[in-house]
Amino acid sequence: MSLEFLVASTIGVLVAAGIYLCLRGRTFPVVLGLAMLSYAINLFLFAMGRLVVDRPPIYEKGLSEHADPLPQALVLTAIVISFGMTALVVVLSLRTYLETGTDQVDGLADQEPDEGEA
Amino acid sequence: MNHLIVAPVVLPAIIAALTLLLRWRRWFGAAISLVGCAALLLIASALFARACSGAISVYALGQWPAPFGIVLVLDRLSALMLLLTSILAIIVLCHAVVTRLDRKGWHFHPLFQFLLVGLNGAFLTGDLFNLFVFFEVLLIASYGLMLHGQGARRLKAGVQYVVINLVGSTLFLIGIGVLYGVTGTLNMAHMAGRIAGLPAGDQGLAGAGGLLVATVFALKAALLPLHLWLPRTYADTSPAVAALFAIMTKVGAYALIRVTTLVFGADAGGLAWLPARWMLPASLATLSAGFVGLLSARGLREQAAFGLIGSTGTLLVAVSLFEPRAMAAALYYLPHTTLAGALLFLVADLVARRRPDYGDAITIGPRFANIEGISALYMLAAIALAGMPPLSGFIGKLLILEAATAHPAAGWIWATILGTTLIAIVGLARAGSTLFWKSSTCAEAVRPTPAGVEIKELLPSIALVILMATLVVGAGPVTAFCDGVSAQLFAPRTYIEAVLGTSVAR
Repeated sequence: MSLEFLVASTIGVLVAAGIYLCLRGRTFPVVLGLAMLSYAINLFLFAMGRLVVDRPPIYEKGLSEHADPLPQALVLTAIVISFGMTALVVVLSLRTYLETGTDQVDGLADQEPDEGEA
Repeated sequence: MNHLIVAPVVLPAIIAALTLLLRWRRWFGAAISLVGCAALLLIASALFARACSGAISVYALGQWPAPFGIVLVLDRLSALMLLLTSILAIIVLCHAVVTRLDRKGWHFHPLFQFLLVGLNGAFLTGDLFNLFVFFEVLLIASYGLMLHGQGARRLKAGVQYVVINLVGSTLFLIGIGVLYGVTGTLNMAHMAGRIAGLPAGDQGLAGAGGLLVATVFALKAALLPLHLWLPRTYADTSPAVAALFAIMTKVGAYALIRVTTLVFGADAGGLAWLPARWMLPASLATLSAGFVGLLSARGLREQAAFGLIGSTGTLLVAVSLFEPRAMAAALYYLPHTTLAGALLFLVADLVARRRPDYGDAITIGPRFANIEGISALYMLAAIALAGMPPLSGFIGKLLILEAATAHPAAGWIWATILGTTLIAIVGLARAGSTLFWKSSTCAEAVRPTPAGVEIKELLPSIALVILMATLVVGAGPVTAFCDGVSAQLFAPRTYIEAVLGTSVAR
């Protein structure tokens, strides 16, 4: 199994899971879905610098092929931003749950309180 | 190198830190914030004066030369957006301070200033990933501002707003990743050159990346079918904040204009004017949906939110023709629609503050304080938003209609713009006559005016009206300037050469 196939299918599965969870009605799965999506994006950005093995990051004597250092910087920025955003959305949905008494994304009350996962 | 270009980003950041440090003295924070906005207005005016000559100034952050480092670029369009932002910011801030909105929570001023950092940065940057970062800065600040004052309704709308924007940011990153993977650069000027020389096999991938990025900008600009988040968010936040958010849909419009004219311009071969095909029908539909929503709105804030969607739709109709005259018309309409949308939100706030029992609901209620002045302001706001003479919306729509005559879809454009204008007039007249006319003959006893409500609250709204009147009186110079902006946008070579230097432009 090639590296490309492994990375591509990992990204695909993460994105699929992320989209599925984002479309759920409650805030907790949505938060998880956003986290999944951001992991997928981080991997994707990383792969956009091409998948290479055993290459120096910027410069080394006698080698003409290099790993692209820019996507790594981009991924670092994206990780920081998505981490902060996830923290924010967790706090926000918790606060909404405490104030409105429901964790539905659309803010509507549950039909029956003890129904469990609808 | 002239450091003034970076000032619109640095100054609000410093002011934000100061207001955060000194927040236990409420009046002090407000004073610093106001002084900061005034200074920002001066800086923006100076930059505007410099850009007027047509020169494109480039500021390389950390002295790293262009394709390697991040650059801030000041051209006419950026200068126009900076000036508009600083004017709107100072007026909205005055309104917030006078109505004591900033005292309803602890962090109004820092969040307000960070929003300005994000806005100014997004208008100045010449780097696609940096644009993403500034989008995030302005979004994070907007989440906080949107929730300012709290309440269950606001929190519910807030969760939806945050989630939709996080998904948008994810899409933006995918788009950037694809474009970087294909072109190997993030600098927009550099990318323009790379896209123009792209082998045929890579064009599909680059097109997909470009369309993904355009989708995110359309989401920010609330283009149909990505507009559903806007009415609830803007109607449930405090009106003064919503008035400032009137510029945020224009950030989406700005980014669409910038990326399309620069990266996917006439030189891009098979990818030339990539989003245009989708943008025109989408913006016509947005225009209709916005003004029909305005007709059905039950509250003034909801009405203003739909009005904002509709007028941004009008703006994007003109933009999506991607033709110099239509672009000039759009750029004349852009400041107008921002100011008119903000004015309607401020008037909604004035009404809601005086009717504690009814809020901004469009229902008949007893007379309230300053009803004469506020009804006059509402009428002017309605005239502006619908685009009737004598205010600037009329000239803007006229220019757009005139520029669209030669287009193959001219019939659709004319019919939609004129039809929606009629719908807007009906909707606004209905709301105005219910709120002011019928209320003034209402038999119910007049309620005592709530404490802290003063007539000076009307001043920021009056300032907005004066600005729109200035746009009419100065229509000659303003349209000449807009022609200049448009000419600069449709000659991206000067921009590319200014950023990369003449030798490496290709």
